[in-house]
Formats: sequence, C-alpha cells, structure tokens
Amino acid sequence: MSVHNTLPRRQRSVLGLVAAWLADLFRHDKAGFLGLVSVVFFVGLAVLGPLVVPEPGKPDVTKIYQPPSLEHPLGTDYEGRDVLTQVLRGGRSIILVAVLAALLSTAIAITFGSLAAYLGGAVDSVTGLVTDVVLTVPQFPLLVVLSAFVKLDRPWLLALLIGLLSWPTLLRAVRAQVLSLKEREYVEAARALGLSTFHILFREILPNMAPYIVMSFTIGVTAAMYAQVGLYFLGLAPLAGENWGIMLNLAWIRGAIFFKNSVLYILAPVLAIALLQLSLVTAARSLEGLFNPRLRES
Amino acid sequence: MPEPLLELHGVSVHFRRGRTLLRAVEEVSFCLELGDVLCLVGESGSGKTTLGRVAAGLLRPTSGSVRYRGQDVWHLPANAFRSFRRAVQIVHQDPYASLNPIRTVEDTLVAPLLHHRIARNRVDAVERAARLLELVDLVPPEQFLPKYPHQLSGGQRQRVSIARALTVGPELIVADEATSMVDVSIRVSLLHTLRRLREELGVAFLFITHDLAMAKYFAWQGRIAVLYLGRVVELGPTPSVIGHPLHPYTQALLAAIPEPDPDLTRQKAKLLLRSLDIPSLANLPSGCPFHPRCLHFVAGLCDVERPLLDAVDGQRAVACHIVQQERTGSDALQSRREAPTSGNDERLSLERG
Repeated sequence: MSVHNTLPRRQRSVLGLVAAWLADLFRHDKAGFLGLVSVVFFVGLAVLGPLVVPEPGKPDVTKIYQPPSLEHPLGTDYEGRDVLTQVLRGGRSIILVAVLAALLSTAIAITFGSLAAYLGGAVDSVTGLVTDVVLTVPQFPLLVVLSAFVKLDRPWLLALLIGLLSWPTLLRAVRAQVLSLKEREYVEAARALGLSTFHILFREILPNMAPYIVMSFTIGVTAAMYAQVGLYFLGLAPLAGENWGIMLNLAWIRGAIFFKNSVLYILAPVLAIALLQLSLVTAARSLEGLFNPRLRES
Repeated sequence: MPEPLLELHGVSVHFRRGRTLLRAVEEVSFCLELGDVLCLVGESGSGKTTLGRVAAGLLRPTSGSVRYRGQDVWHLPANAFRSFRRAVQIVHQDPYASLNPIRTVEDTLVAPLLHHRIARNRVDAVERAARLLELVDLVPPEQFLPKYPHQLSGGQRQRVSIARALTVGPELIVADEATSMVDVSIRVSLLHTLRRLREELGVAFLFITHDLAMAKYFAWQGRIAVLYLGRVVELGPTPSVIGHPLHPYTQALLAAIPEPDPDLTRQKAKLLLRSLDIPSLANLPSGCPFHPRCLHFVAGLCDVERPLLDAVDGQRAVACHIVQQERTGSDALQSRREAPTSGNDERLSLERG
C-alpha cells in the first residue's frame, strides 16, 4: 500500500472536491478554465448587468448611428441609444430563457428516456411514439406558427415552448445509453440486492452519464438561444424590452447594416452570443474531470 | 420434512434470436440445502451462467419452476419475491464490470444496508460495512472504504463484490466464475475466503466454473453437476464424480486438465473425442446431444433417443445410454468394443494445443 492510501476516512466534502478540481483544471486545461470563467462572467452579466446599468439608453435623435466614441464605445443605434448599454442589459432574458428551456428539455429527456429504457415494454413503446412525433414536427416553423396564436411576451412561456419541443434527440441518446448501462453487472447486482428502481436509475446508472448529460444541457442552452434570437430576429416575438435578439432585429429592419459606422453595433450582439456559446461548450467539456473519479486524481 | 432452500425443477430457458430458438438450458433439476455446495461445470455455452441467473431470480425460466423454501418464486407476491431475491445473491465473473466505477466501496456497501434498514443510520451502516470488509479479508477496512473500484486490484474488487453480496445476509451465493478472471496467485486465497464464509456463515454456494480443478478444490464436500449444451449429464458427490467419472463427457473434461508436469500430461491416458466442435445450441443433435463427439456412440440408439438423467448408486445420476446399459447388464457396450460401429472414430484429443 502506498503512502497516499493513508488519507483520513471520508474526506470528501463537495466544496473541497470542486476546489481541487478547479485547481487541477487551471493547471492542466487552460482552455476549459477560461471557458468556465467566461461562463461565470456571462451569467454574472445576466444577473448583475441591469443593476450595473440601471437605465436603458435614452433616445437622442441628434446622435443616430454614431461611430464608436469614448461616450458610446460601441456607437449608437437608429434612435441614438447607446449600444453598449443594450449589450450589457440584453443578455439577461436570453440567458434566462435558454437555461430554463434547456433545464426543462433535459429533465424530460432524462426522466422519460431512462424510464423507457429501464422498464421497456409499453412504457418504451409509448415514449418512442411520442418522441418520433415531436421529432418529426419541424420545430422552428412550429414555433413561428405558434407565435401567431400565443403572445410570447413572457420569458417562461417562451422557455416552455422551446423546452417542450427540443427534448427528443437527447431522450433518444439517454435511452440508448441506459439500455447499454443497464446490462452492466453492477446493475444486475443492485437488482439482486433488491435496491429500488429509483436507486438503480438515479444512483447507479445516471451518474455514469453525468458528463454526457451536462454536455447535452449546454447544447440545449445553445439551441434555445438560437431559437429565441431567431424568433426575435424574424419579429415573431414581441420586440418589447431589450435583448440581443431584438438588437439584431432592429439593426436589420432599421437599416443599420447600411452604415459603415455601425459595424460594431451589429457585431456586438452576434459576438456576445457566439462567445457565450463557445465558453459554454469549452466549460462543459472540462466538467468530465469532475464526474469521473478516474480522472479526478492527478 | 423441511423444504429445501432452493429447488429447480425441470427448468428450461429458451432464447429467441430472430427465427432461431436457442435452447440454452433444457430440463434441469437440482436442489440445494442451507450450507450445500453445488458446482456447475461445463464448457462455455453450456448454460452455466444462464442457470445461475435463473437460480438468483434474475431471469425467468421459459418453463419449469424455481422453488424457494417450497414456494414457486415466480408466483410469489412482490414482498415475498423481494425477500427471496435478497436470500440469493450473485457474485459475477468480471471484477472490472461488477462494481460501479463512480461509487466508492463505502457507497456500494452502505446503500443496501440502509435500503433494507439493516443498519440504523449511516454511522452504523459504515461500521457494518467495515466488519464485512474484514470478513472478506480486506484489512484494515478504513483503508478500503473510501476507494473507488479503479484503485483496487482485481482480487480486491472481487472481495468487495462478495462483501456487497453479504450485506443482505444471503442464504445462497451464486458464484458465477467468481475466481476465473483473477490471477492464479490470488485465486486460491479468494477460494479460501469463500470456503471460510461457507463454514462460518453456513451460506450455500452454487459455484459456477469451467475449471474442474476449481470445482475439486472448492466443493470437495459438495456435489458437482456437469452441464453439456444446457443439460445436466452427470450429477454426484465431488469425490466420486472426479474419481470415477461415468459420463464420457465428464471423462473427456477430466482428461483435458493439463498436469503441471509435461511428461505426466503426455503419459496421461488420452480420453478421446470424435469431434472437437461443440454443436450449435440453435441446432441441437438428435437423441443424446453428446453423440456426435462421443467415443461410445451406438448408432440407432444414441442419435435417436434422448437419455434421461437416471440415478446410479443412490447419490449419483448420469444421462447416458451406454452407462445405463452397462448397469442393466446389457452387452451392447461389449459388442461395440469388439466391432467399432464406424470408421469415423478419429483419435482426437481434447487437449488444448
């Protein structure tokens, strides 16, 4: 027995684990660490942005489409409002809705995907059927049609719609993985021990898929952001308030694309979205190290 | 008369693979008392593991019954079925697949203790888990509790698997090739541990192996059942089955055990088979399933009629026409020896090349 085996019993607080992982990440995976930091930054921005910049920019018809300046680092829009203010305040609803939608779709996919795979039989058939139906419906067009009937002015409503449409792919993947994992001998041993189905699914099987689930969640966040921005860009969701989607829509509709001075104005929301996506994906990939005990020790 | 602990009666298991029907296990019966040891021996594909899973209540047989203390387990109410399942535990072959990689030894052992309220609280459960680790010779237990499976050796993992099976206080342990995937050096000490558990705790064992030497070592006081293509061909107390094998297949299996001394191996009477190929389960030979490989094959009898497992001197049973004829005084065997029935008894040995 080597020296590192003499550690005291049960020294596994969650905080300690996360701290050790962060330190390890910083040392071995700089990109992942950077991704994580920038995710924290964006989420912080979403939460604190409207507190730091409490006022939406005031229209000023004398300062329409101004080039970047000290006063307006990213220029102004068609009404003369400051673009930086809009970028800083515009992340909140987009991120909130995207996270809610992804949480919903991931929850649906995990619950029903694993139950379908583990229980099989009628549960599996019905789940499969519903999944196929939702999967075949073209989602974006459906959202477009729905927006004609439902006023998408509340974040939770938008999140609900996007979430309810985007679970099938993940459900299928979860089902396939559970199908393979449930044949493992440790699952059979758990069955022989008489442990509950709940324990077997959520303690034995699903934690083995944690990195995959986190990855899928971030992809879900990404997809939900695109769906929203798409809806705003096409003007299918009410253009009330400020967010990156509305910024893009207005830049397009009001003709900012024709002004050389407005390059940064147009690029700002696009860059914000792209950077958030990039950091989400990098951060999610590095989470593997947190879930896999094999990778945890360096 | 008390009911036996576990009784398998006429158990058959068939699997469907597309249009073909695989008869993995066919009409197997045996019973086990508390503290008994029964070894299931056979080649791969002989249905050993399937039978083990049936005995552990993890697989429902296609026909036949599994009785636990006299009650058919597949007709039990849910509660009673759960207590049956706890009474019979399984230890798997592969020490690398039988423990959950993301759960520590402590998590693995504590979960069943808490779930079945065997332990009062977490502290008590950890205490009991430590005692179990000591029981399977993983000492000091504090050192093993916080470990993940990948930090343990194959033998240590197998001991954790055994400790896990012991958490629920089983009456029967199905050891499915439990020692075959660990190093030879570890195997004997693992067998020692299992034997001690049998003696100290009075647990019955259904010991599944392809290795007659293991069977001999572990089950000398018990019985051996030799499986061939899903059927029991010979059943009896270990010393007599190994000392005087009756069925030609058992004889061939015994002859296939290599001796440590190569000279001895060469001198050893080569028990011969007519063919080295194991017939497919999807297309079993007619009559006795062993007849295409059997040296004593009698045309018109062995390939037509299926031999039944008949009792021989009280404790033993053999499924072979030739043996039965010998016992009933028929001269069929004698005449066969003088005039071989066909020219196709090529001398093939079972020895691995």
